[in-house]
Parts: sequence; structure tokens; C-alpha cells
Amino acid sequence: MSSDPNVAMSSRPVPAGLVGVAHEPGVGKPDPVLVVDGLRRSFGGVTAVDVAHLEIPRGLITGLIGPNGAGKTTLFNLLTGFDTPDEGDWTFDGTSTADWPAYRVARAGMVRTFQLTKALSRMTVLENLMLGATGQRGERLLSALVSPAWRGQEDAIRVRAEDLLVRFRLDHMRDQFAGTLSGGQRKLLEMARALMVEPTLVMLDEPMAGVNPALTQSLLGHVKDLRDKEGRSVVFVEHDMDVVFEISDWVVCLAQGKVIAEGPPSAIGANQEVIDAYLGATHDHSALRRERRRKRDEGSEA
Amino acid sequence: MIETLFFDALRSAVGPTAATYALLAIGLNIHFGYTGLLNFGQVGFMLVGAYGLAITVSVFGGSVWLGVVVGILAAVALSLVLGLPTLRLRADYLAITTIAAGEILRFLVRNTSSDPFTGSVFGLRQFAGDFYAISPFSGGSDYLGPLRFSANRMWVTSVGWGLVLVLSLGVWALMRSPWGRVLRSIREDEDAARSLGKNVFLYKMQSLVLGGVIGAIGGIVFILALQNVTPDMFLPQVTFFAFAIMILGGTGTVLGPVLGSILFWFLLTGLQSGVRTLVDSGAIPGVAGGQAVGAVSLIAVGLMLMLLMIFRPQGILGDREELRLDVK
Repeated sequence: MSSDPNVAMSSRPVPAGLVGVAHEPGVGKPDPVLVVDGLRRSFGGVTAVDVAHLEIPRGLITGLIGPNGAGKTTLFNLLTGFDTPDEGDWTFDGTSTADWPAYRVARAGMVRTFQLTKALSRMTVLENLMLGATGQRGERLLSALVSPAWRGQEDAIRVRAEDLLVRFRLDHMRDQFAGTLSGGQRKLLEMARALMVEPTLVMLDEPMAGVNPALTQSLLGHVKDLRDKEGRSVVFVEHDMDVVFEISDWVVCLAQGKVIAEGPPSAIGANQEVIDAYLGATHDHSALRRERRRKRDEGSEA
Repeated sequence: MIETLFFDALRSAVGPTAATYALLAIGLNIHFGYTGLLNFGQVGFMLVGAYGLAITVSVFGGSVWLGVVVGILAAVALSLVLGLPTLRLRADYLAITTIAAGEILRFLVRNTSSDPFTGSVFGLRQFAGDFYAISPFSGGSDYLGPLRFSANRMWVTSVGWGLVLVLSLGVWALMRSPWGRVLRSIREDEDAARSLGKNVFLYKMQSLVLGGVIGAIGGIVFILALQNVTPDMFLPQVTFFAFAIMILGGTGTVLGPVLGSILFWFLLTGLQSGVRTLVDSGAIPGVAGGQAVGAVSLIAVGLMLMLLMIFRPQGILGDREELRLDVK
């Protein structure tokens, strides 16, 4: 991981699709995979999400940042059907999915992971993955009783699941209960499981939270592969700015439910509003981070 | 004397009551063991199955086969009524609703105003004629050697355990299929299942209907064996016996409910028999009468279940490793 954010910021140029797109909240993009309009959700008197317009670019990695309570997870919940908005509409891949239940959204190709990982503890790692495949004939009650009806498909799904396990280095845990995995392995499992759905858009809620630095690098590699090798779109929530600046093509900053800034990482790092809202009043987030590290190190020595 | 005790216990363990409770527990196991649905009113499904059959035959003069169909359809209807409002909510709502529904149904059939249909507290009888008419067994009480089953008891026992076998096979086939995998994923974390495109509500409903129908079949076997039905056969404790049986055998295992039921009835009847012998001989001071026999043997069964929970919490067939992970 680079300790100098300037190096990280310059590591990836603004991708062709986003050249010439203005760095302002709610800006239109050439080929958005997700378009959100007038989305509002309040809990009691608190407006958690209030997004006037937001477009997520296709085939790229979008980082979603914002201070605690900015509405990032609520926005995820709304878009993936896990929560119902007070008002607002959005289209995913050209279709309005605003009133859809979560399972339909997932089947349509927008798949999320959870901030608190949801490994299916008393099922094996392989079963966790195989569950992810969509359109399984054997998942219908009557066909389930007749194994020839689904056996062939099941074998194909197993092959796909085993390939993913190898890719995510979980193949040695194949037949273990998922509940025996470590925190970082669960993050890997959840990402791999989401891929079994063959999503167009992957929504990762804090994929690196609580993961040790060595595994962070490998997780980062997997996220980049989603874009570079498989051409999927990714939106992810993350608090570690090094990570956000290293892999994002585009960064959206939320504060108090509103989009306050958008742009490539380099522009966001220098944006005064983002710095005020999120990175702290020191106006120098790398200094801020150094300070934080120093404190943490002192804490661990003590 | 020990021999008498043993045969008393064995007679109960292989009899129609044990088969009935095995069926109830198989249904509960689909609900709780595989899907994580907390159904505290399995006795309600048993009741609608039993009364569906009895009313169809005794009151409306239908055949016993039509009665069985009516009993099963009544269980489907009850599942829908209970499931539609509660399955979208947290697990505890279904638990509260089902325990209440079981009691509501019992009071409903017990009520004097239901008398023309249910016979209120006196219940119904003479509905099993068609069933025993096709029995291949005939003659006196000379079946199963020392157990001395009558021809009728032999017939209903065979049908009961036959159903247990067929339905256990069905559960085994379903639970190794992708359908069963979805059910287990809902038990583990229903939001995760949703995030992977599974229609959780639909699967919970299917599970509730399936387990409820198996409970109703249990009720049908139960009253065919007794050849009468009264409301107070369906006390809430029936559900808790079925839970005890499922946990004893091993929750979430195919044969757990079957083994659990056999063992439970073997122990309960054996103890009852033993306690009665002791009470009659005056060996237990201060305890006398039939009521006391029942109470003392239930205390003993309770103690045994406590010991089981302490030393083998996963049940006889359960996997300890799996239980250890059951912490969310």
C-alpha cells in the first residue's frame, strides 16, 4: 500500500469513459449502469439519504465515501431492495427496479455484500458458493424431488464454484463449515459467492473492514479483477482513503445523505468540501493519517 | 418383572402413538431444523388434520379417503393463514401466532356452539370403518409375538410407520437437493439468501405448508388408531413433546425425529410402568394414585432431557461441530 496518496492517485489515469465529465455532484455520464433520481429516506426526523441525481459509470470502480452516518449503507439498502424509500426512482441497466424486492434485484444482476459479513455458518464453503447460482432447476420444490432434473446443472454449478474457490484461495477450506472461517476469509467468501450470481453491478459494503493488511492487498486485487478481467461495474464503500484512491476510477462523497462531491480520486483528494466534511479540518489528510497511525502505534505499544 | 416393563415400553415405542409423534417431529424438523421457523403450534396442524377427517366422515358421511384429503387441505389452509401475515416478520412473530392458533383451534372445536360439527368436549367417533375394512390383518391379539398387537393395531401401526418411512425418504431427497440448500441458507441468514436472489418468503411458505401437512398426517394416524377424537388430545404440551423428540434425536437430521420418537416413548412408557409398579408395591412413600404415576414419570423424563442437553446438546444423531457454530 502506498503511504503517499499522491502516488496512489496518479497510479491510474482517468478512464476514457469519464474524460471530460465535470467534477460536480449529480453530473451525467456517457454510459451509466445505475441512475438515481430524487431518492429520499428518513428515519423519524433524520434524513438519512437525500440524493437528487446520481449516475454510476458502467464497467468501472466507483468509491463511495463519507463520514459515519452519511447514508452510505442506507443508500446500498435502498438500491438493492433491502429498504424502501420515502420517494424516488432509479433505473438499473435501463429498467426501473425501485419497487422490486431484494431477491429480484439480485437476480437482475445487482448483487451486494454486507458490512457485517453474512457467512452461512452451518453450511460448507462450497455450499455457500453453490447457493449463489441463479436459475437452479433443483430449487423448485417439485423438481427437487427428481434428482435427474437438476443433477447435470448441479455438476456445472459445482465446477464454477470450485473455480471461484481456487481463484479466491479458499479451495483448501472447501468442505469446512463457513462458520470456521476467519474474518478476512469470510470477506473473500462473500465476494466469491456474490460472483456466483454473475452480477452486472457488484455493491461491496466495506469489503476491507477488519481485514489484515496482507489480505487487503489480495482483496484489492480481486476487486480490480472484477473490472479489468470480467468487465463488471463495482460500487464500494470504504473508509481507508489509500484503498479508495488506489482502485477507484470515480469517487462519490456523501455527507448527511447528500452527494456533496464527485470526481476522479485526484480531484476528490483536493476538493475543499470533501476535506471539510470528511477528511477533517487539518486540510491535509495525509498528515491526518500519519497522526492517526502514530496514535495507533502508541496504543499498541502501551 | 423387568421383562414386563421392557415389553410395555417396547409396545409403546413401536406403536401408533410413537409413529404419530415421529410424524409431528418430522414436520417440525422441516420448519425448525431446516428452515429455522419457530412453530410452537404443531398441535394445531395435527388438530385440523384429525378433525378434517373426523368431521368429513362422522358428520357429512364422506369416505375416510375424502376425510384424509380434507384434513390435508385444512392444514394447507392453516399454513397460509398463519404464514401470510407473519413470515415477512421476524421469527418470533410466527412463534407467538402459532402457539395462539393451536389453542384457539382447540377451544373452537371444544365450544358448545360447535357441537353439531365437532361434538364439543365429547368429540367424534366412528370414522375409521373404511380404514379398517381394507386391513390385511385379521384374527386375535397375536401379532408381533410378545407385544400382542391386535389386528387393528397392527394395521394402523404398519400404515403409520409406512408413512414415517416414505416421508423421511421424501425429506432426505428434498434436503440434499438445491431446494433444501436454500432452506438451510434461510435458517442461517435470510438476508444473505435474499441478496443471492432467493425468494425467501416463498420458501418459508413452502416449508410451513409441507411441515404442517406432515403434522396433519400425524393427527390422522393418531385418531385412526384411537378411533375417536376429543379436543383435549390437542393440548399445547403435544407440540413440546414433539420438540423434545426432535431435539433428542437430532435437530436438522433426517432420522432424528424417528429415532427420537421411538426412544422418547420407550423411556416414558417404561418409566410409567416402572413407577406404577413401585407405587403399587408402596416403595415410594407419599406417592399414590394414577395421577402421581404420570407426574413422577414426566419428572424423570424431564431430568433425562436435561442430562441430554448437558452432555449431548446436539441430540443423538446431531453434529457437535455444527452446534458449536450456532452462534450468530
